[in-house]
Amino acid sequence: MLQQIIDRRLAGKNKSIGNRERFLRRHKDQIREAVKRAVDGRGIRDIAQGEDIKIPKKDISEPVFGHGQGGKREMVHPGNQDYVRGDRIQRPKGGGGKGGGGQASDQGEGDDDFVFHLSKEEFMQVFFDDLALPNLARTTLAETPEFKTHRAGYSSDGTPNNLHVVRSMRGAIGRRIALGSDSRKELVRLEEILAALKRQPHAALHEVKELEDEIARLRAKIERIPYLDPIDLRYRSRVRVPVPTAKAVMFCLMDVSGSMDEARKDLAKRFFILLYLFLTRHYEKIDIVFIRHHTQAQEVDEQNFFHSTETGGTVVSSALVLMEEIAKARYPTSEWNIYGAQASDGDNWHHDSGRCRELLANNILPLCRYFAYVQVAEEEQNLWDEYSMLAGETKAFAIRKVTEASQIYPVFRELFKKEGATA
Amino acid sequence: MSRKSAVLPDPTPDMFTGSVSTEPKVRVKRAADVVTPPRAEKHLPAPNDWSFDLIEQYHAVIRQTARRFGLDTYPNQLEIITAEQMMDAYASVGMPVNYRHWSYGKEFIATEKNYRRGHMGLAYEIVINSNPCISYLMEENTMAMQALVIAHAAYGHNSFFKGNYLFKMWTDASSIIDYLVYAKNYVHECEERYGLDIVEETLDSCHALMNHGVDRYRRPSKLSLAQEQIRREEREAYAQRQINDMWRTLPRKAEKAVEEDKARRFPEEPQENILYFIEKNAPLLEPWQREVVRIVRKVAQYFYPQRQTQVMNEGWATFWHHHLLNTMYDDGQLTDGVMIEWLKSHTNVVYQPPVGHPAYSGINPYALGFAMYTDIKRICEKPSDEDRAWFPEVAGKDWLETIDHAMRNFKDESFVGQYLSPNLMREFRLFSIVDDEKDSELEVSAIHDESGYRRVRESLSRQYDLGSREPNIQVWSVNTRGDRSLVLRHTQHNDRPLHDNAQEVLKHVSRLWGFGVHLESADSSGFVTRRWSVDAPTHTS
Repeated sequence: MLQQIIDRRLAGKNKSIGNRERFLRRHKDQIREAVKRAVDGRGIRDIAQGEDIKIPKKDISEPVFGHGQGGKREMVHPGNQDYVRGDRIQRPKGGGGKGGGGQASDQGEGDDDFVFHLSKEEFMQVFFDDLALPNLARTTLAETPEFKTHRAGYSSDGTPNNLHVVRSMRGAIGRRIALGSDSRKELVRLEEILAALKRQPHAALHEVKELEDEIARLRAKIERIPYLDPIDLRYRSRVRVPVPTAKAVMFCLMDVSGSMDEARKDLAKRFFILLYLFLTRHYEKIDIVFIRHHTQAQEVDEQNFFHSTETGGTVVSSALVLMEEIAKARYPTSEWNIYGAQASDGDNWHHDSGRCRELLANNILPLCRYFAYVQVAEEEQNLWDEYSMLAGETKAFAIRKVTEASQIYPVFRELFKKEGATA
Repeated sequence: MSRKSAVLPDPTPDMFTGSVSTEPKVRVKRAADVVTPPRAEKHLPAPNDWSFDLIEQYHAVIRQTARRFGLDTYPNQLEIITAEQMMDAYASVGMPVNYRHWSYGKEFIATEKNYRRGHMGLAYEIVINSNPCISYLMEENTMAMQALVIAHAAYGHNSFFKGNYLFKMWTDASSIIDYLVYAKNYVHECEERYGLDIVEETLDSCHALMNHGVDRYRRPSKLSLAQEQIRREEREAYAQRQINDMWRTLPRKAEKAVEEDKARRFPEEPQENILYFIEKNAPLLEPWQREVVRIVRKVAQYFYPQRQTQVMNEGWATFWHHHLLNTMYDDGQLTDGVMIEWLKSHTNVVYQPPVGHPAYSGINPYALGFAMYTDIKRICEKPSDEDRAWFPEVAGKDWLETIDHAMRNFKDESFVGQYLSPNLMREFRLFSIVDDEKDSELEVSAIHDESGYRRVRESLSRQYDLGSREPNIQVWSVNTRGDRSLVLRHTQHNDRPLHDNAQEVLKHVSRLWGFGVHLESADSSGFVTRRWSVDAPTHTS
């Protein structure tokens, strides 16, 4: 007799993942489009989240031969109320006749779209694909930071091996003193009275007896205070802390003059996001400073940074000056790792470019761990030339021309390579 | 079918399935022979949560009870699975293994979403027509629900799979799992060798024609995994030779038989199994693609009986879980609490919302099937004069024999045509409506009254005929001399036209065929009313 009960629960978990991969692969264009829209809409800090993807139903339908409307057919239905043979019924709207009842959607929402949730990992995968991130960099970004346990004071619960004896005893002494002090004071007073009484020749015996009883009671009371109570116990507290505990600040510098259109800003945004993601893996706390500039530089919030356009000329050095000021005022290099990311279309007032190079070389690069510049336009102007000269000299400075999202990553190659090698 | 019933105690059928004789003689038990055992002294424990031990205890009792009624089943294999695994099996056409395809991923997402939002309870059972018969028990189910599922799937569906003539004819329970493992590995191998894209395209195209990839009149051969592999290689080599031969461009002999040749059409007879035709004759398919076509065709064939016996199959399983669990209650095995719990589920399952109700979506096969078997039992046991007039061959007969006969020898179409009683038509208040596009209004053609019973019954029976539900499309001809284009012909049924996505499907056909494809839709007099055409796909190689 073959009869068995098999527990399959542990086997074959996530069995349909292969099918899901194929589904995502098939609709990668729509998904990429949706991810792109999501990236545009999200703040830099919210980038690493899942996203709901909508795909038009017609794109995922699988056609088969079937009957269309028309012709003649007869359908049987249950639940006749009061029809008799020969009754004529208005054809219900939508043409199909009542027969189509089964085809009507029973899913509450939008019949036109197939909606599903792209998990955070899948979302980042698509985002990285867009940026042509190599695998090493992906793992650098995607891995959860390592934790180390650190001592962090004392706590009142923990495991015995973390028991801190001295602290516990100290607590016990304190408690014993606090709880017993009234009784002891009283005891001392009574003992004095008793001693005085005893010195008198005609001491009333019953008074002595009363006092002695009282003293005995107090002693017993003091005795009853426990030497060590569970509330005295102190344990060494340990907390999990991400390994990189330092702080970083990221300066985003962007040209917002009229020539920076939406597409260029979008490229710039991806550039900033990538740097941000990199930093989140390595620093516990990250500040972002947004500086936009045309002829003057200004510190703004993220919304204004990406979504407002100014007209007028361009003086890039203004932004660098502001960056230096802010860095010196708020982010001392002893505490903060400073990263700079600058995006521009390369347009600059021509007398200014030389000054930019000097500012960078003398004032900013010494402060920074890394500074990256992307030019989101093809033509080479004097700013590019000046920066190129500098780029040859120092490793912590990278420049790149970017006209597509996939060209952004190489700007950071140095950064990822260094970190990847040690990781 | 006349069977002499045996008064012998029922042998344990499970024990004999190991050595399969080609046509096992099944003895049908008569209701009169069913021996009621003494009432159990103690009912089965009935905590809310199940345990392996409890499932075994319940299963043992259900099995005994099922045996008392002579249910003949494949051996059972019960598997405990999680909700996620249930969704997974649900999404990949209910099979525990299958080749990978994006559409199953889509189904999974849709299923999961509905489940999460609570729009749909998960199917509480999936049972696989295999030997041993695999039934899934979801870990979330309570003990009472597990008992229900065991009775429903492991004894209801299982005995149907083993007994119904369509399943006997078209499926081979012992080899399906092996075959799917083979299919999965083969498709995977193809993906690695030829790339995901082309495999996906091929599968897409095959799926589009899946309903037109079944044989209706031939018995498929049984093959084990190993045989299948050996045979495949031979087949590929042979098929390629044949095709080369058919499309040979050099004249065979410079004879003057050309005229005669021209007149000979190919195929000589129209063929209804389009996938089969493509597998054997498409000129440009690679050998591996032919094998993929064949795999899809085989899977379609396996599901062909299920599509034709929904009412019968679900009705049978529902009837038996109802009957088995009630019998167990009468025997003192089940507590009131367990009864109330499964009855609540049962009531939901067999609910038939009336037309016009927001929940109405056609006739519920569980409701109709359950009602019909119950009604047949009633006609056997307490026939009215009307029943005697309508079912002289059933009224007053042994009910167990009668429903067993019904389960074995019918499909939905004929089952309804044979057994739907006036009593049940009144109970369901069935009526039929004619929807003719030439008419501006719908007409009620018959209702549940003396003059309408036959018409309603015939009409409902036709509704379950796959031939009228799915358009009749056949391979008509191939232009072997010219552009090698393939002509398909749709023969209209009651002037019903094809759906607009015919053009899309045709693209899939041409992808497999490799050359241009035409589809003609012909009305009842053979006059072509509409044509679709797709040009030959551009060839890269």
